[in-house]
Amino acid sequence: MRQIFAADESLSWVRADFEAMASSASLLIFRVQSLLGQVVPLRHRSVVRRPSSAASGVLACGVEAAEATALAVEGLTLAFGGAVAFEAIDLTVQAGEIHAVIGPNGAGKSSLINAISGLYAPQSGSVRIGAARFSRVPAHRLAALGVARTFQNLALFKGLSVFENVLSGLAGAQRAGLAAQMLGLPQARREARAQRERAADVIARLDLAGVADRPVGTLPFGVQKRVELARALVARPRLLLLDEPMAGMTATEKAEMSRFIREARESLGSAIVLIEHDIGVVMRLSDRVTVLDHGRRIAHGTPAQVQANPAVIAAYLGLADEPEAEAA
Amino acid sequence: MTTAIALSAKPRNLSGPVGVAVLLATAFGLVPLVGSDYLFEAILTPFLALALAGLGLNLLTGYAGLLSLGSAAFMAVGAYAAFNLSLRVPGLPLPVSILGAGLVAAAAGLVAGLPALRLRGFYLAVSTLAAQFFVAWALNRIGWLSNDSPSGVINAPRLVVAGLSFEDARGRYLFSLTVVALLTVAAWRLVRSPTGRNLVAIRDQEIAARIVGVKVARTKLLAFALSSFVVGIAGVLWAFAYLRTVEPAGFNLDRSFQILFIVIIGGLGTLRGAFLGAGFIVVLPLALSRLGAVLPGDGFDSGTLEMVQRIVLGALIVAVLIREPAGLAALLDRAGRRLRLPA
Repeated sequence: MRQIFAADESLSWVRADFEAMASSASLLIFRVQSLLGQVVPLRHRSVVRRPSSAASGVLACGVEAAEATALAVEGLTLAFGGAVAFEAIDLTVQAGEIHAVIGPNGAGKSSLINAISGLYAPQSGSVRIGAARFSRVPAHRLAALGVARTFQNLALFKGLSVFENVLSGLAGAQRAGLAAQMLGLPQARREARAQRERAADVIARLDLAGVADRPVGTLPFGVQKRVELARALVARPRLLLLDEPMAGMTATEKAEMSRFIREARESLGSAIVLIEHDIGVVMRLSDRVTVLDHGRRIAHGTPAQVQANPAVIAAYLGLADEPEAEAA
Repeated sequence: MTTAIALSAKPRNLSGPVGVAVLLATAFGLVPLVGSDYLFEAILTPFLALALAGLGLNLLTGYAGLLSLGSAAFMAVGAYAAFNLSLRVPGLPLPVSILGAGLVAAAAGLVAGLPALRLRGFYLAVSTLAAQFFVAWALNRIGWLSNDSPSGVINAPRLVVAGLSFEDARGRYLFSLTVVALLTVAAWRLVRSPTGRNLVAIRDQEIAARIVGVKVARTKLLAFALSSFVVGIAGVLWAFAYLRTVEPAGFNLDRSFQILFIVIIGGLGTLRGAFLGAGFIVVLPLALSRLGAVLPGDGFDSGTLEMVQRIVLGALIVAVLIREPAGLAALLDRAGRRLRLPA
């Protein structure tokens, strides 16, 4: 039942989005596009889930609610010595939701992602991933928890080809042991074949087939960013953390990347946390937005709510009005 | 036209299945027929043992990115373990005692690799020196390990497998070749397996490797164990097939550096590199002494020769590190591509 509520609620923010949007004629065109992108999957979801949750009763409801919240960050605080990276951050991301985290440079966005993925140890607060709650997320268990991420400054395996990099995204799911691999036992061969098929599938979907055998270090930056997304997607994560996946990209590349991210959400139903500087991209792509400034959450809500928030305009969006004016 | 294409395709596949088959056929079929004892004893057998040691170290340093200066210690562990196994377990077949020696060396490598869970780079390299010095100390101090022979000298047991004797120069070459070929196939399978991919992942981006679910600590220790296994068996070949009589001092730090140089010159992170590097290291002194002989005057005396050898080697390593960090293997690849271009 919670599920239906969540879906209806998200429809209501879409409506709010629409109302807010109508006031701004210059934004109308891409807002309608984003609406189309949002309404269709949400309807689809509520249609699919309504009968199943009604049939499975109360017990299943609890399970589904737990499953629906992919990530819940509660009161998370991180400091390096005396320097506070962020303080008392709350962030909840539902399954199938694209949640953007925005804010000026140094607002603590990347630190937040790094804390969620266990690379930094927060001083207080907790991170709940699926049903498991941590005060410090164990990085080595991320893959098993169904979490994948990309890195702001690329963390690809330079000595491997594109295909091998994508395959390595399945390292956490590897079952066959070393002996089975070396002897080529049926179990290991079956697993290897299944992994190659999955990797090839993701590579094809992200338009990387042409460069699959190239050493990853020889590719342009934008393509490497896409390889990193492929390496994260191949594991079919329930929670996907994207740290500036479109940094340094051209407008065309950004549009392409946005499409890949949206498709990933549609096909995998992943919850996605997205750090992005391009406000246009954020407004078009995300369902909800959290705004950080100086390590504090200053606003959260739908893109339209956030955009209308005076604190946000003061801290951040005021500076970002220019590119939108240009777009109009 | 078609024959021309077929001919031009031949050198192209030197590292492909055809090239490997040709290489193996030459090494097993042709070389034993035409080679001299000098070729087997002074060049090919030490080449094979050193190439195998390089192969083992390359798994650790080239693939997993963990620097070790303890290779000679693991060679010594392998050699002395095989010696003790065949001495103390009567009737133990030679292949079994060699395998056992590899396992003992792997265990030693596992222990020596423990600091890798905390240290990296030069700090790790320095910590592997501990293995180097500890093994030398133990072999000199614990008489039991060398059956109480003075200064720890051991003699190789007879090289007989299933009634076949490999005692003469040609036999020892063939014996080494078989062992090296088998282990090279195993290493080849390893580096192409998911585990091999994990080694490279840890080398290139340890944090990302951990995030995608590579068990970093376990994989590092595994790299040490597998590498030491191979290096240990190289030590058995060095002691049993090449020198026949060894003392612990033969496995000193110089030997560790020699193996590291083989890997660096040959090419880090390639299996070919170990063979190219070992070939280079073995042939270099011979080539230099020949060169000395044709020079006017008295030529080199042995002291000068050794000095020149060190200078040339040192200069080459600096040159390789600056000009071609991927070593001879990459140089060969490029040369191959250049040759192919006009065709």
